[in-house]
Amino acid sequence: MSSETKQILTTDGIPLEVSLKKAERKNKIKAFLLVAPLLLFLVITYIFPIGEMFTRSIDDKMITNMLPKTFKEMESWDGQELPPEEIFSAFYYDYKALVEKQEHGKLGQRLNKEKNGFNSTTKRLFRNIKRKKIDESASIKEQMMKVHKNWGKVEYWQAIKRTAPPYTLAKYLKGMDMYYAADGSIAQVEEDRRIHRILWLRTLEIAFFVTVFCFLMGYPIAHLLATLPMKYSNLLMICVLLPFWTSLLVRTASWMILLQQQGVVNDFFVMIGLVADDSRPEMMYNKVGTYVAMTQILLPFMVLPLYSVMKTISPSLMRAGKSLGGTPFVAFWKVYFPLTIPGIGAGCLLVFILAIGYYITPALVGGASGTLISNQIAFHMKQTLDWSFASAMGLMLLTGVLVIYWIYNKLVGVDNIKLG
Amino acid sequence: MALPSYTETRYRIWHYVYLAICAFVFFFLIAPLFVIFPLSFNAEEFLVFSEGMKNLDPDAFSLRWYKDMVYGTKNPWGLAAKNSFIIAIFATIGSIILGTLAALGLSSRHMPYKGIIMATLISPMIVPLIISGVAIFFFMAKVGLAATHTGIVFAHIILGTPFVVITVTATLSGFDHSVTRAAASLGSNPVNTFMKITLPLILPGVISGGLFAFVTSFDEVVVVLFLAGLENTTIPIQMWTGLREQLSPTILAVATCLILLSTLILVTAELLRRRSERLRGINR
Repeated sequence: MSSETKQILTTDGIPLEVSLKKAERKNKIKAFLLVAPLLLFLVITYIFPIGEMFTRSIDDKMITNMLPKTFKEMESWDGQELPPEEIFSAFYYDYKALVEKQEHGKLGQRLNKEKNGFNSTTKRLFRNIKRKKIDESASIKEQMMKVHKNWGKVEYWQAIKRTAPPYTLAKYLKGMDMYYAADGSIAQVEEDRRIHRILWLRTLEIAFFVTVFCFLMGYPIAHLLATLPMKYSNLLMICVLLPFWTSLLVRTASWMILLQQQGVVNDFFVMIGLVADDSRPEMMYNKVGTYVAMTQILLPFMVLPLYSVMKTISPSLMRAGKSLGGTPFVAFWKVYFPLTIPGIGAGCLLVFILAIGYYITPALVGGASGTLISNQIAFHMKQTLDWSFASAMGLMLLTGVLVIYWIYNKLVGVDNIKLG
Repeated sequence: MALPSYTETRYRIWHYVYLAICAFVFFFLIAPLFVIFPLSFNAEEFLVFSEGMKNLDPDAFSLRWYKDMVYGTKNPWGLAAKNSFIIAIFATIGSIILGTLAALGLSSRHMPYKGIIMATLISPMIVPLIISGVAIFFFMAKVGLAATHTGIVFAHIILGTPFVVITVTATLSGFDHSVTRAAASLGSNPVNTFMKITLPLILPGVISGGLFAFVTSFDEVVVVLFLAGLENTTIPIQMWTGLREQLSPTILAVATCLILLSTLILVTAELLRRRSERLRGINR
């Protein structure tokens, strides 16, 4: 705006520019107020609790709060040789206070996780305190070492010192089959006990192959649906949409019936002579069941995005390709296929995201060799009640999913998700 | 898809192979649902086709599992169905209200930070259910809503709103905003404009989003497994327990009813989609 032109004023005498900005701001606030209720609701009941899972997963305040005097004394202890008298007596008084509050059992259990043998070691001390056998005027260090020889071993004191920080990444390490060794370095658990790594790899493997199977099966039918005349394709579309709208449990139940040893699929195999009647293969409670059921259940999520992309591709492009001398295969590969890549990306990412967090179907048809990381999380939530470990595993899984979601958002855009 | 007469033999063969593959995939998709129908009329207690059924012997079929579903002693299905419907209806209403409002805001061209807010609102659909379940359980336990209907309804609103947001935003993308301006210029207040002009036009999107929210709630088991107490049992929970423990044909009777319900919902959703496309066609 040049300085010579006079400012344009509205009828109220306010400069037009100011008035316009005000109106813009009002519109912005109006739009935001419409979104606010849902956003607030989600932040309070959903986003915030997910954040809380993080604090829960690294929380290790229990011992920090139980042994305040000990950890204060330990600040000046280098952890190389047996601690001095002050630390022994600080621990003794902390422990005595716990005995009075009847919380000493928890401490013993927790320390036992850090170093085997702590449970009996602390119990011996508990009994001596109960019977008032410890003379508080004499050296507590000497007496404690007499109570149990473990008190005279430096490893046990090192283990206590390791529990001092209020936060720990131990649960995350456990999720990757690693742990803090005695000297504080990170070590791997023995080869035959690396169960979590197997689960992660299996989850990735199953999600990957389910995505591949869905793609291989979904691409031809999406193409058929997109090229058939409307009246046929609408009918066939029902075959895709009916499973899509049907309860997940119903579909899993039908696979359980089909795949069982006396089930329809095995009956069919016997009938056509593929297998003998007395050697029907086990198709359920293993990976085969998980693959078959998950592929069928997730297939609509592949077909629908592919279909919506293929629908927009003009059939004349293929004709042009052919008329320019390409064989049908060349025309498909050079013209049609590249145009469907956005749909392939959307479908594959969607199926992969859904497959990686699958829980119900693997739990019902997967058996021991077909369970995924989600089942492990549920196991720790409901059976072992190790909620902080479940949170840690959940967040590790979530990080993976969010990375894929971010890629999906970049490639496809969340507002381009199409349903039905 | 008739092939032109000049097609070479090998492409002709390939074309029939392709059609056969498609037929197989369609069969793979739809056939599992149909195995449930006949077995739910099984007179015997096993989940396999008996010899009598294979020979279409009328005595091999019966309605006993449907009777058991409705009248069975100590039967959980009545309570489960009641709970499922109550929870799903309230969750749907909640999702529709919150989701539609948010979609209206998101479709405004004045909306700031549209991308990140949209991603946040859609996230419950993307985050694995098991993680949502854990997080929502922690929250509900803290505020004392675990094992209550209210808690489950809230949880299902969280899971259902993304669908409403997506469908309504899609409907609004073809929406002609000059009609609301016309209403305003004729002296209508915003609420009146919304009820009389905007809502009837976006109704197909709202209802189909609502159907998604309803089905999500009605079918949801992972989060409910964490939240539900004994009185909050729902149909999916009962099916889950049934499938894990005693696999009785009563489950198949319930499953048949659920398939009929989903067929009904599918038909409604399809009709709405076509109506919405027609309406938007006129706008253009």
